[in-house]
Amino acid sequence: MSAPAILARGLRRDFGGVAVLARVDLTVEPGELLVLLGPNGAGKTTLLRVLATLLRPSGGTLQVFGEDASRRSPATRRLIGHVGHESACYPDLSGRENLEFYAGLYDVPNAEDRIAELLRWSGLEAAARRPVRVYSRGMTQRLALARALLHGPELLLLDEPFSGLDPAAAQRLQSLLAELARAGHAIVLSTHDVERVAAVATRIAILHRGSIAWSRQGAADPVVLAASYEAVVMGRA
Amino acid sequence: MRVLDALLPWAALVVMLLAQWLIFVVVPTEAQMGIVQRIFYFHVPAAWATFLCFFVVAGASAVYLWKGSRAADRLALASAEVGVLFCTLVLVTGPIWARPIWGVWWTWDPRLTMTVILWAIYAGYLMLRAFGGADEAVARYAAVLGIVGVLDIPVIRVSVRLLHGIHPAVLTTKEGGSGLTDPMMRTTLYVASLAMLLLAAWLVALRVRTARLEAEVVGLRRELDHV
Amino acid sequence: MWRGVLTVLEKDLRIEWRTKESLASFVVLGVLLVVIFSVAIDPSPQDAPRLAPAVLWAAFVFTGLLGIQRGFVLERENDCLGGLLASPLDPAVLYLGKLAANVVLLAVMQALVLPLVAVLLHAEMARVLPALIVVLLLGNLGFAALATLFAAMTVRARAREVMLPVLLLPLLVPVLIGGVKATEAALRGGFGAAVGALGVLVAFDAIFVVAGVLLFEQVIRD
Repeated sequence: MSAPAILARGLRRDFGGVAVLARVDLTVEPGELLVLLGPNGAGKTTLLRVLATLLRPSGGTLQVFGEDASRRSPATRRLIGHVGHESACYPDLSGRENLEFYAGLYDVPNAEDRIAELLRWSGLEAAARRPVRVYSRGMTQRLALARALLHGPELLLLDEPFSGLDPAAAQRLQSLLAELARAGHAIVLSTHDVERVAAVATRIAILHRGSIAWSRQGAADPVVLAASYEAVVMGRA
Repeated sequence: MRVLDALLPWAALVVMLLAQWLIFVVVPTEAQMGIVQRIFYFHVPAAWATFLCFFVVAGASAVYLWKGSRAADRLALASAEVGVLFCTLVLVTGPIWARPIWGVWWTWDPRLTMTVILWAIYAGYLMLRAFGGADEAVARYAAVLGIVGVLDIPVIRVSVRLLHGIHPAVLTTKEGGSGLTDPMMRTTLYVASLAMLLLAAWLVALRVRTARLEAEVVGLRRELDHV
Repeated sequence: MWRGVLTVLEKDLRIEWRTKESLASFVVLGVLLVVIFSVAIDPSPQDAPRLAPAVLWAAFVFTGLLGIQRGFVLERENDCLGGLLASPLDPAVLYLGKLAANVVLLAVMQALVLPLVAVLLHAEMARVLPALIVVLLLGNLGFAALATLFAAMTVRARAREVMLPVLLLPLLVPVLIGGVKATEAALRGGFGAAVGALGVLVAFDAIFVVAGVLLFEQVIRD
């Protein structure tokens, strides 16, 4: 029996005294695609950063693939891929150079092939040699996703991955995520695009005021989902 | 801790009074320098208190980085503040002593130079605390600075000896000042040092208590905001 | 581990080469400071060579202080620092990579400031060039060791331009003194008298590179 990808109990994170995450209990198994919904300020970004071991929780415990996340071991970090609001790509380097750098950091085997594969997937082959500074919002987002996928992480943490993507690119991402989940990867993503993810999600949760206020297994009917969302957010307001 | 808090001010007061009596009434006047030499019994103990404070800063900083103890962080801050205070005392009493003896307010004597640099390092520590930013990372940054500062002390000591411009007379007079002729001078020095150390300890304890209360107030305020 | 250091170093230098941002400011500042010091002191032609070591090191330290933020300012764009921290890269390796990049850039600056001082202050440096290079590199390493550590701290601070010099200058006094004394000795022709100064520089370098490696994680994590 393998460890769950994420095992979080009572996670809390304070910023300047305000508890952005209040009490998050969360378990994510490999093969799950968990969608986090919630109003702005609910703590989705913070939660994803804590799960990526970028932020230390102020309280509670977190285990990633069975290992205590506070140890921040390189082995654990190798299993995680994170895309935040910003691309984490150097604007003065080209797309390819950025990927080469990250391939070096993560010790990606067959780096050349892997980079080519991801450039193809993200549709950035033509722009690969141009500096990221000149990329459009959509291109940057696609590069960020390529960067996160480069080392084949078992756990993907994506903060609003569909933002900035045109419908074609969004569709490609949706297919890839579904495929990765089927292949046994664990995915947690936050989004405002409820319809797009309703179909592929294996679980949907609503984050409100720093804790998980509602959670439901299985794909959801968008209408039902929207109603539940309103109820949670308005009801607790 | 409570016992310490209660006893310290009294202990400091008693020993300080004793020291004053020794310094101004009992101890004989030094032959070469005259009455002004009595500042020595303030200047040197203040310097020892300074060093002690800065070592406490380093120790508390290390504990804070290692264990995350907020109490250690408060102790580091308090010791830094008191240390800068006593360092200022050293830098003020020094020239007051120097002027009548050497005819100048200042010289780049190794010990004086080092004291100024030390003052600058820990004044910088206080500046970092004040302006380094609002988040909790500042405590960690300050702790790193506290440790680096103490690591630098021996290197600074050695490097300032490379400077010239030391009047040989200055050096021997200073050395002569600590080659105390009368045994009563030694006693007075020890008592005065104890008095200064107790005073420093008391001020640190006060400051730590204030910091703890401040933190409690902030915590209470947050709790009220969320009700 | 060394591969990680090289990866970071190569990335930093490549970005520097693309933008030439820090390089330009280092060079221009370095030249400017040497000129300003020379003008302000306005030594007679006989006195000038004696002042060369002091002007050299003062210009080096101040230019270095103003340019050393580069390493971490560049990581703030697009939250690249987040990308580094989420990766398996050991913070100590990141420190060494940044340190190496700073040493290289500072060395370039020194390479330009040195001949400038030699020319403007009529100092005979060609004869003892190897010795001077050694001294400059030792000072460079010590300076960069502390500056890299502290630049990571101050990058988000208020009054950041002032904070870094305020914190670093007193700590860097041994580098300044050691550097100047060793340079003076080298120019006089004999390293013998400079043993103490060199010792200070070497000790400083050893202590603070190790301290940087051990403490950097405390400074960089959240």
